[in-house]
Amino acid sequence: MHIFLMLLINGLAEGALIFLMAAGLSIILGLLGVVNFTHGVLFIWGGYVSIWIFSMTGSFPIAIIAAVAAGALMGLVFERLFIRPVYGNVTAQILITLGLGVVFTDMARLFWGPNPIPASRPEFMDGTWVIDAVIISQYRIFLIVVGILVAIGINYLVNRTKVGMVMRAGIQSPEMVQALGINIKVYFAGVFAGGAALAALGGALYVPLVGSVWSGMGINNQILAFIVIILGGMGSFYGSAVGSIIIGLTVAFVSWFYPPLTVYTTVLLLLLVLTLKPEGLFGMAVRN
Amino acid sequence: MDPLLKLDNVSSFIGPFHILQGVTLEVYPGEAVVILGRNGAGKTTTLRTIIGLVPASAGKIILDSVDLTAMPPYHTVRQGIGFVPEDYGIFDALTVEENLLIAMWQEDQDTVDRRDHVLELFTDLKESYKRLASTLSGGQRQMLSIARALVNDNKIILIDEPSKGLAPIIVEKVRDTLLTFKQEKTIVLVEQNFEMACAVGDRYYIIAEGQTVLDGTIKELMDDEELQRKHLGFVTA
Repeated sequence: MHIFLMLLINGLAEGALIFLMAAGLSIILGLLGVVNFTHGVLFIWGGYVSIWIFSMTGSFPIAIIAAVAAGALMGLVFERLFIRPVYGNVTAQILITLGLGVVFTDMARLFWGPNPIPASRPEFMDGTWVIDAVIISQYRIFLIVVGILVAIGINYLVNRTKVGMVMRAGIQSPEMVQALGINIKVYFAGVFAGGAALAALGGALYVPLVGSVWSGMGINNQILAFIVIILGGMGSFYGSAVGSIIIGLTVAFVSWFYPPLTVYTTVLLLLLVLTLKPEGLFGMAVRN
Repeated sequence: MDPLLKLDNVSSFIGPFHILQGVTLEVYPGEAVVILGRNGAGKTTTLRTIIGLVPASAGKIILDSVDLTAMPPYHTVRQGIGFVPEDYGIFDALTVEENLLIAMWQEDQDTVDRRDHVLELFTDLKESYKRLASTLSGGQRQMLSIARALVNDNKIILIDEPSKGLAPIIVEKVRDTLLTFKQEKTIVLVEQNFEMACAVGDRYYIIAEGQTVLDGTIKELMDDEELQRKHLGFVTA
């Protein structure tokens, strides 16, 4: 029972991190129709920038804010210069975003070196709680709380604001949104930047969890995020949330009991859902 | 009197296909102009080119002395054009209320008053106000689409085949609605239903192979069987 509770918390914390990547990726795919492979590199840069700023200021909140701002800025630049010319051209999107991933991963190596940089958790959440012999990491609880707050924030944005209204309408028909007098390109840029900021936040929060930042850490999380959005349903925010929890728990439990099966189990889960419900658990119509 | 909307030899492409090859028409304030023609003639593309969803490759589009030719669609619409597309353009994931709100870019008290007035006209929409638009019938979706074009203080309303796919009794309702707001608005109507076109329109243009080939009053068209047979492929009884 103790192990079950510990793995449950680990799985939810892992799910929260995956959710930060998958939510942005899913909305970008749903609204913009963009297959985006830059999320891994935004995750890496979020990690590097947070460590860099933390080393200079000693402030964890400032480091997180800087990482999020860097991610949003990179997202804006990516969208304006590289993505906007290839809306509607999926092949070009894949090639360009993969290329950006390679270039910006190497730039991170150039700036911060090829070797992993050690990272520590902020002192105020570096400890553990022991409740009835169950050891609970404070930082993992913090990750779960952040994940829940971000989910609540996105849910509010999507369902309670005019921005969200335009996003929901834009997923169905960006053309009709324009025909109602709304400049959808501004929303496209904002959504891309928001998704990029979430990926960078994920990277910034991941680094203290694993204790270091390195340039290869983005790819695994990006693959997990893609599995989540296919599992949950492309373009669905709820799908991303539920899919992240499922994948987070699966990874936590399987890697505890039989680590070699972890990857196979997630892929098997994906195949199972795609066979029974090809549009994913909360599938929506996705352009292209 | 100057025309409110003027298209001067407008051309446009969809992909590699040269759809509009010289459309010229004028719409004067307060009138209802019907665009007629056979399937594939370029009627829908004419409306989509006016609001910029299909970019004009040549010619001029002028609304109330403002050149719309190179404007992006969201900017064109804000010059005072309401658009009711062929497929209604209703957002299923939004409620009826949200479908109206998203169109209210003017965001002032007058717009709110107009919305309230429109809801008084379309009682079905008022009753379904908080429901998801995906639950509406075809006729209700058409009404919502028309209502959305009326919430802003538009100078002109472009309506694409409002009777398409609707049951005859609903078509009558749509026709009555158009006749009601025709008294206040300038309308450009693309319509295959000849009875509807004749009931609503004051003047017509016929488009064939992407060009305006004929224009006149609706009465002249109704009285000329040869013209109907030649350009529209039928004769009214």
